[in-house]
Amino acid sequence: MSDLTRLTIAEARKKLRGKEIKATELAEAYIAAIERANPVLNAYVAVTPDKARDMAKASDAKLMKGEGGALEGIPLGIKDLFATEGVHTQACSHVLDGFKPRYESTVSANLWADGAVMLGKLNMDEFAMGSSNETSYYGPVINPWRRSIAETTVMPTTHAGDGGFVSSGGAKTTRRYDNMQLVPGGSSGGSAAAVSSFLCAGATATDTGGSIRQPAALTGTVGIKPTYGRCSRWGIVAFASSLDQAGPLARDVRDAAIMLKSMASVDAKDTTSVDRPVPDYEAALGRSVRGMKVGIPREYRVDGMPSEIEALWQKGIAWLKDAGAEIVDISLPHTKYALPAYYIVAPAEASSNLARYDGVRYGLRVPGKDIVDMYEQTRAAGFGREVKRRIMIGTYVLSAGYYDAYYLQAQKVRTLIKRDFETAFDAGVDVILTPATPSAAFGVADQDMAADPVKMYLNDIFTVTVNMAGLPGIAVPAGLDAHGLPLGLQLIGKPFEEETLFQAGHVIEQAAGRFQPETWW
Amino acid sequence: MSVDIATVKRVARLARIAVSEDDALRMAGELNTILGFVEQLNEVDVTGVEPMTSVIPMAMKKRQDAVTDGDKAADIVANAPATDENFFLVPKVVE
Repeated sequence: MSDLTRLTIAEARKKLRGKEIKATELAEAYIAAIERANPVLNAYVAVTPDKARDMAKASDAKLMKGEGGALEGIPLGIKDLFATEGVHTQACSHVLDGFKPRYESTVSANLWADGAVMLGKLNMDEFAMGSSNETSYYGPVINPWRRSIAETTVMPTTHAGDGGFVSSGGAKTTRRYDNMQLVPGGSSGGSAAAVSSFLCAGATATDTGGSIRQPAALTGTVGIKPTYGRCSRWGIVAFASSLDQAGPLARDVRDAAIMLKSMASVDAKDTTSVDRPVPDYEAALGRSVRGMKVGIPREYRVDGMPSEIEALWQKGIAWLKDAGAEIVDISLPHTKYALPAYYIVAPAEASSNLARYDGVRYGLRVPGKDIVDMYEQTRAAGFGREVKRRIMIGTYVLSAGYYDAYYLQAQKVRTLIKRDFETAFDAGVDVILTPATPSAAFGVADQDMAADPVKMYLNDIFTVTVNMAGLPGIAVPAGLDAHGLPLGLQLIGKPFEEETLFQAGHVIEQAAGRFQPETWW
Repeated sequence: MSVDIATVKRVARLARIAVSEDDALRMAGELNTILGFVEQLNEVDVTGVEPMTSVIPMAMKKRQDAVTDGDKAADIVANAPATDENFFLVPKVVE
């Protein structure tokens, strides 16, 4: 029997419905794969094999009767940011030590209602603050991709008798891998690594400044951040409420479409959940992009961008053009201000959202000499360095006398960023094509980034504008760099036009092919 | 605007995070780097621009003023570090 974990969601769905495989077999294959790989990759912070087996058994009972939901029997991983009833939910922070919620997030509840099977909780940057998964209390996730160089060796001529076969010589190309550990990106680093290393069929993720699309690009997976309001935020640990949005990480565009259909809903429990029906995203795949107007924003050609990223971008342009799309140059003049505005808005909202961790109602408590000392000691011990840094920035920019200079100014700039996109869309542009990240995966404990927090923040330079404007964005793998590491392209759409992203993303995927790491773990 | 150690301590107090002298010194450097980075926003002309309040134009949803949930005291305190008969226990706040 071939390895069941290699099946995409669409393939597994077909085999499950056709009764060729059982949901319990599929779940067991993943449980075994996690057991083997997780000590190396650290993608999961909690594995729930018993729950997976119970849910798979229930799926099999339904499938036997020809019943079952859209994801019946499909094993998924859940980012640790989503509340899962009775199961470890800590946003990978020490401050939520031991927290097991008595409720289920709307997004995960939607997945279970459609028959999905839960494998466990996935590693992430603490409170989703980071671009490398290194701020997790549970340690970094290792990217299943490794750097390699192509080596051509000339085969010597051998004769029957000594080696048992005859070869006439010739050149053989092999890839020599190095052992440097790479990050999977962040904050949804566990989700991206688990999907690309076949430790789940798909995963939930969240994106505040690029936390779905950047790790997707760094692991050769597909990730979509839908329009703000498309997925309910209820039961997702809040980071920056005006920017946070859930979405899937998947092996291909079709799987991402299947997952988003189940994750999205209209939810009375989230006042920003938008009241509009969820379309059948999968139906958008295969539709022609003939006549589609694709905008190429000149401001995304940033200083110091590697030539490989530029070349990848040009390839993407050529693919869409070949498929009949019309390419137009556009300008988004406030692009360079998105990242600095984000580093005011997001920490400001975070400092407010994270005020709830006080050692009283849940999680860690460190005793103090009085109640204020208890709060201060608890928060000092419970939050990691990056989280403290952002709470401090947020508190500072919101403090008396600074609000207008920082927060108000940033929110005004945000209006201008959104206006840039509106101007482009009003001029007839249907979708915008950009690189997803300024580089491929980098090393764990990178010295440059450790020394300067802003260097790490620059990872989100191409993705953060989309959150600031509330738009949908998808990252699709599009090629490999000189070291054999995956690179991604990003498509940005109009509000609630995720279907256009799946449609155009599928065209890129068809042209670029799919990318999978060689198994070493 | 440059942040000094005293400001870091004041902000840490507002944020209810205990900081040591070493923490404060390190944080001052980090905060100044980030504030230096966001400084470039000042060059944007925002005359007549409204601050963003919602990325998607929508009317605020209001739910019916009705009881839809409740009787969950045990669930609510289930994760608390210290409780007594469905109350959260904290150090004495009134002498």
